Amino acid sequence: MNLAKSTFWGYKRENGRVGVRNHVIILPVDDLSNAAAQAVENNIKGTLALPHPYGRLQFGADLELHFRTLIGTGSNPNVAAVVVIGIEDGWAKKVADGIAATGKPVSFFGIEGHGDHDTIRRASLKAREYLQWASELRREERPLKDLWVSTKCGESDTTSGCGANPAVGNAFDKLYPHGVTLVFGETTELTGGEHLVAARCRNDEVRKKFQYMFDRYQEIINRHKTSDLSDSQPTKGNIAGGLTTIEEKALGNIQKIGRQCKVDGVLDKAEMPSGPGLWFMDSSSAAAEMVTLCAAAGYTVHFFPTGQGNVIGNPILPVIKLCANPRTVRTMSEHIDVDVSGLLRKELTPDQAGDKLLDSMFRTANGRLTAAEALGHREFVLTRLYESA
Amino acid sequence: MIHFVVHEEGDGVGVVVVEGVKSGQPLSGWIMEDDKDLQVTAKSDIPIGHKVALRDYKPGDTVIKYGVDIGKVVQPISKGEHLHVHNVKTKRW
Repeated sequence: MNLAKSTFWGYKRENGRVGVRNHVIILPVDDLSNAAAQAVENNIKGTLALPHPYGRLQFGADLELHFRTLIGTGSNPNVAAVVVIGIEDGWAKKVADGIAATGKPVSFFGIEGHGDHDTIRRASLKAREYLQWASELRREERPLKDLWVSTKCGESDTTSGCGANPAVGNAFDKLYPHGVTLVFGETTELTGGEHLVAARCRNDEVRKKFQYMFDRYQEIINRHKTSDLSDSQPTKGNIAGGLTTIEEKALGNIQKIGRQCKVDGVLDKAEMPSGPGLWFMDSSSAAAEMVTLCAAAGYTVHFFPTGQGNVIGNPILPVIKLCANPRTVRTMSEHIDVDVSGLLRKELTPDQAGDKLLDSMFRTANGRLTAAEALGHREFVLTRLYESA
Repeated sequence: MIHFVVHEEGDGVGVVVVEGVKSGQPLSGWIMEDDKDLQVTAKSDIPIGHKVALRDYKPGDTVIKYGVDIGKVVQPISKGEHLHVHNVKTKRW
């Protein structure tokens, strides 16, 4: 596939970023505000509430990550406008101010002193105004480099490593020279192949940062583990699918970053990259956490290879699923966007599999709903670093 | 018909990519990186996605896949047998 003059149709936002979806989201700051956010979603058809269980009594780095994730989610160019609801004005304003830096419409509402009824009424008025405004925005033709693509695999099996993940790697190698902003992560899931990622780092500075993040996560595992983590990492599903050790899983995982592209930089969780290239984000390997962090960092399309059939989606980030396991493609077809099982029968070359995925990427970017979107998968899962105060 | 794939020459395991492999069945394999063929006879029933040993192993041996160490052998395994969590463990955690 010649990508030199490739374009897609997206929504250009106030800050110059380009989205492929046009959501108006109702964003609760904390667990207590979920009910009001969901009531607004119910009142104003076409808005999207993002309920979650956290946001109270968090502190330090854990609180910073909470704000960074919420602000990043609201700032994502797949989002046209945001209504923020919190139990208190203070943190609701903080989240709204962070999102307002993008220039997009955002309003916040605090529940205390008003109650749910009045908050829902006022927030619904604003949500309706935003939704009708957003419904008149039009897609425009944009160069490929305006697309930000993330990847993370899930319910992997051995077919992931020899089929679906190399297809992502092939697509990444093709996107990278065109200035696309890419990311991978899953820190513990590189265990056994971390030397291969280190060798792909652009320079010693990037390598040192990567190694620091990797070692830090290993230290957490070693401090808390009560076994060799079998059934957790690899998961029971991974083992049922034939993966035996974390090393084997990691070597399959790493196929996603292709063979040519370099790791240009290292991001903290939910941190926005500062330029194009391939970024490593320190992150959990749990699917919904990692995809939520990618959305918060500003990514607009996601490649999700699966072996045994992970069904994950995300509220604002379209998740394209590809699979090389013929049994999963047969038994869970409604979840699979791209079938690359032909790779294992010599019916499809890696180059063709990469092109098949890129074709799906362009169609998704242009507006086609992914299987996860059609099925209503909206997993929004915030990463926590430690206990609340 | 490809029954199993091998990532690269020198790997000690293949991945079964068809359903219903039975003990005693002759299997045809494909080495993906080098585009070569090889044969092995299954000595266990092996589910799709699971690994077949391409050589004999004794406890303490290292299993190589993708040309890299994927763990240590904890039970003897002979060529053609099912290689998985019952006879191989991680070296890392």
